[in-house]
This record gives sequence, structure tokens and C-alpha cells, in this order.
Amino acid sequence: MASLDESAPPANGWRERHAPQLRQLRLYWHTYRRSGSAMLGLFLAIVFLLLAAIGPAIVPYPEDAAGAVNLAQKLQPPSAAHWFGTDEVGNDILTRVVVGTRLSLAIALIITGVAAGIGVPLGILAGYRGGWLREVIMRVTDVFLAVPGLVLAIAIVAALGPSIVNAIIALSLVWWPGYVRLIESKTLSLKGESYVEAARLAGASTPRILFSHILPNCLSPILVKASMDMGMAILAAASLGFIGLGAQPPTPEWGAMISIGRNYLPTWWWYATFPGLVIYLTVLGFNLVGDGLRDVFDPRSRGR
Amino acid sequence: MAIYIGKRLALLLAMLFGLLLITFSISHVAPGDPASLAAGPDATLQMVEQIRQEYGLDQPLPIQLGRYLMGVVRGDFGRSVRTNHDVLDDLVTYFPATFELVVFSILIAIVLGIPLGILSALGQNRWFDHLARVVSVSGVAIPMFWLGLMLQLLIALDLGLLPLGGRLGLMSTPPQPITHLYLVDSLLQGQWRVFSDAAAHLVLPAVALCFPALASIIRVNRAEMIEALAQDYIVTARAHSISRLRTVCVYALKNAILPTLAMIGLRFGWMLGGTVLVESVFDWPGVGLYATQSAISQDFQPIMGVTLLIGTCFMLSNLLIDLTYAWIDPRTREAG
Repeated sequence: MASLDESAPPANGWRERHAPQLRQLRLYWHTYRRSGSAMLGLFLAIVFLLLAAIGPAIVPYPEDAAGAVNLAQKLQPPSAAHWFGTDEVGNDILTRVVVGTRLSLAIALIITGVAAGIGVPLGILAGYRGGWLREVIMRVTDVFLAVPGLVLAIAIVAALGPSIVNAIIALSLVWWPGYVRLIESKTLSLKGESYVEAARLAGASTPRILFSHILPNCLSPILVKASMDMGMAILAAASLGFIGLGAQPPTPEWGAMISIGRNYLPTWWWYATFPGLVIYLTVLGFNLVGDGLRDVFDPRSRGR
Repeated sequence: MAIYIGKRLALLLAMLFGLLLITFSISHVAPGDPASLAAGPDATLQMVEQIRQEYGLDQPLPIQLGRYLMGVVRGDFGRSVRTNHDVLDDLVTYFPATFELVVFSILIAIVLGIPLGILSALGQNRWFDHLARVVSVSGVAIPMFWLGLMLQLLIALDLGLLPLGGRLGLMSTPPQPITHLYLVDSLLQGQWRVFSDAAAHLVLPAVALCFPALASIIRVNRAEMIEALAQDYIVTARAHSISRLRTVCVYALKNAILPTLAMIGLRFGWMLGGTVLVESVFDWPGVGLYATQSAISQDFQPIMGVTLLIGTCFMLSNLLIDLTYAWIDPRTREAG
């Protein structure tokens, strides 16, 4: 979308060559920064990413992540030594929650990545080619969207057998239709734009039109949806873990931890409480970031 | 309108067929042996072989698909290994509980969500608006099962205000089944004690379930109200010294309510999915609990049954919303 300026001096550094894009980014950041909730989301997301990156190195009891047994310390309430308390085999819950961030990040990246990887090409194809191909793709998408994703995922996991890998496969399989719907409508509206017509008249090949004209303009809605889906995927995987169809204990997965911890309510309340709080903050973070990005990319939708 | 309804019904049938194709693929095409899945985890090789022949699982896939579709049309969803009942009978037993929970929950979401949406549209960007925004963003971010556990911990166990789980207390006997909805049945028979007991048992699961719907209703209603309030006819109404309350609640809300209704219909379908989580927290004897318990004991047919049931309800609620829309706003009829 950057305008070409013929009179500009010959560009030498990277910075000068990309000046328009950088200016655009600065504008985006300026808009983003003004929203308090978006900044809170960014903060939560950064904390989550940091913990996933360096968490295992900074946790107070690294040996507890793998499921060490320390019965002398079992079911201790939150204290200075164990901020989130300890579980039924004496493991530090804070340690297990922090170590779990890495698994959650992997879950989020894989599910969102696979869903976008399947959904975006199908959406572009359906929107750009039209005809019977569009009919087929969109009808299949409609059917998938007509069942709550979690229910379909449970059915798939039940067929494959409960495990974290199967939960990720199942959630990826039910997640892509949202991207098809989003990108198909976006592509349809872009197809009629004059610059796409112009490219076609100038003899640009279909792949060229798709990759350098359609796809770049789909990036902002993809980014908004993907950042929200990072959170929603974590939530869905934790839900499967909670009902016993996802990660199996003693894997330090948040949903699975809550599923064990609920047996220790109400006396040992901290066991189920803290992992849930962390899920909430993480999902909240990614949702607020998505909200903020939408306000930046599409100012008309602000507040929706 | 009749043509439109006919078209939509044809589309519904096509979608149902698509849904059956999905469940068929999951149960017959997925890696893993459908015969041993159907037989359950404790079956012997001989039993598996018997089921393989009985269900025709040694036949080519198109024939299997045909048999599967015929079975579903006849109401044969297979048998549950765990409860040893036909899946259809189990679904008929458990569905009213789920339906009662979802309806109660969506009512809570509507009663809270529409006023909150209006108020935050009126006080745009003031503290109340921010509060409503926090509620609506949190509503989708909060793990529903965890919220349920926390409600149990605080309100049922700590404060002892409401029961912990289940549909009725030990002291109450279920009312004579008429609609199978305890609230309605006990009212019809004038059993006030059973009614209040059933209502008390409904509150916590319904609250836990309503949050995502509440969030969407607030968001949509707020956005639509802001748009409606900016229209010329609102200014005109105010200029005619019609009271502020009346302009907002009658003239503006009338125009904002339609998209909100659509959202409510959509959310009703999603709630059916959410019951899978909430029912297992509150021991609510509905199809969600039935599905999770079956999934854990690797009892396969009931899960397919629940998937079909929830998918069908979801499609029906969408159809109902579309028809309402078309009835109120004739322009959508032509577009559809």
C-alpha cells in the first residue's frame, strides 16, 4: 500500500528503503499504545512468552516439573517457599504452572498455525476462483461451523484415544473453518479492487496476484484472528485436559492439573485455583491483544 | 416467505447430511478399529469379530455409509457399552436436563446482557463502559470449568448458599414427568418446595455457563445501540420532547435488538457445547456429562450420538434465527 515516490533520493540503507513501512508501523504502534486494555493484553502476552522461553531455568524447584515425589511437602498451603502451594505428591504448583507455559505455547502455535495453514489457502482459493470449487469449499466449511468445535474435538479424540497429541490433532482439525470464512469474504471484496484488476490486465499470473496483491491485504485480519485464537486454543486444550481427554497427568498441563486439583477442593483450594487463574490471564492477554490489533487495523470497528 | 422457508429447510437437510458424513468419517475412516471402538475396551477378540460382521464393518465403505445412514434415519445410534442402553434412549433421558440448563442460562445472559449493553452504550468510555468491557472480554477468556469450580468453592462450600451439584437435593423427589423439565413440571403440579430446590440447583451451573454468551450479548448490543443512538430519528424524537428513557428503550433498542437476537441464537448453540464442561463440574445429569463419561470409558457410540444431537440443535437454532430475521426484515429474504 506504500505509495511510490519518484523524487525520493536513491535509497541506500535498509531503514531508508523501508521508510514508508516503518512510518506505517510507527503509526500502528501509536494507535495501539493509546488503548489501556490493549497494553494490558500485550503485557500479559509478553509475560507468558517470557515464561515459556526462560521459565524452566528460573523456577524455584526444577526437579518438580518432571514429577518428583516429596511426600513430606505434600499439600502445603501457599507460603513464601511455595507461592502457589504444593500438590498431592509435594510438587511446587508454581513450578509446574510455569513449566506448563511452554506446552501451552506449543499447543497454541501448532493449532493456530495448522488452522491458518489449512484455512487461509482454502479461503483464498474459494474467494478468488469462485464457481463449483467455492461451493464445495464453503459448504464443507459451513458444516464444520455448524457444530460447536469442542464437541467435534471430543468426538475425534474419542476415536483416536485420549492424549495431548491427539487433542492437538483434533482441535487443529476443527479450527480451520473459521479462517476459510474470514479469508473467503475478504478475498471476494479484494478481487473487485481496481489494483487487482490492473494487475490482471497487465498480465500478472494468478499466483502472482494471489501472493503479492491478495495475501498481503489479508494479513491484518489473519493477525487479529490468530492472536485471539492463540488464547482460545490454549483454553480449548485445557478444557480437553480437564475432562481427561487431553494431556494426561503428571504432565504439567494446566487443564489436567485442575482436573486432579478439583478432587482436593475445598480444603486444598490452591491446587485447582492457581492453574485456572493462569489460564484466565493468558487467554485474556491474547484476546486483548487481538482486540487492540483490530482497533489499529480497522478503526471503524472500534469498540465492537 | 414460503419459498424462503422451503429453501432453508432443504439447506438444513443438506447440512445434516454433511454432519452425518463427518461423524461417519470419524467413526469409520479414522485410524483405529471401529469394531473394537464399538465393542468397548473390555471386549474379547471374538466379540469384536462378531460386531464387525453385525455392523457390516467388513464391507466396502460406500455400503457401510449406506447402512450407517439407514440406521440413523431409523433412530439407531448404536448401543452404549457403559450404560448398556440404546444411545437414543439415553439421549432422550438426558437431553431435558441439558435443555433446561441451557434455557435458564441464556435467560440469565439476556436479562443481564441487554441492560448492560444499553448502559455502557449510554455512558460510552466512562467507568461503567470500561467495567462492561472487562466483563465482556473476561467472559470469553475465563475457563468455564474453572469458574464453575470457583463458584462451588465460594458460594456452595464456603458460604453454603446454594447446593454443590446435581439436579435436585436428596430430600426432594423429582416431579411427575410431563415436560421432563423439573422447573416446569413442579410448577404445573404446584410443588413449590421441589420447584425452589430445582431452581437453587440450577443457578450455579447456569451462571458458569452463561459468561461467554453474556460477553457477546453485551458487545453486540452496545455496538448496535451506539449506532442506533447516532441516527437522526433519535435526535428528532428528543426534539419532540419524548423522554430520554422512551427514546432509548423504545426507538433505539428496537433497531439494535435484531443483531442482538441473532447473537443470542448463535450463542444458544455454542452453549450446548459448553454444557460438556459445566455438566461434568456440577454433576448435572445431561448429555454433556453423558458424553464426557462415555469418552473417558472409551464408549464410542454415545459420543457420536451427542455430537449429532448437539449439531442438529445448533443448526435448528440457526434456522430459527434466520427465519425470525426474514420475518421481521423482508430484505434478507431476497438476499437468502
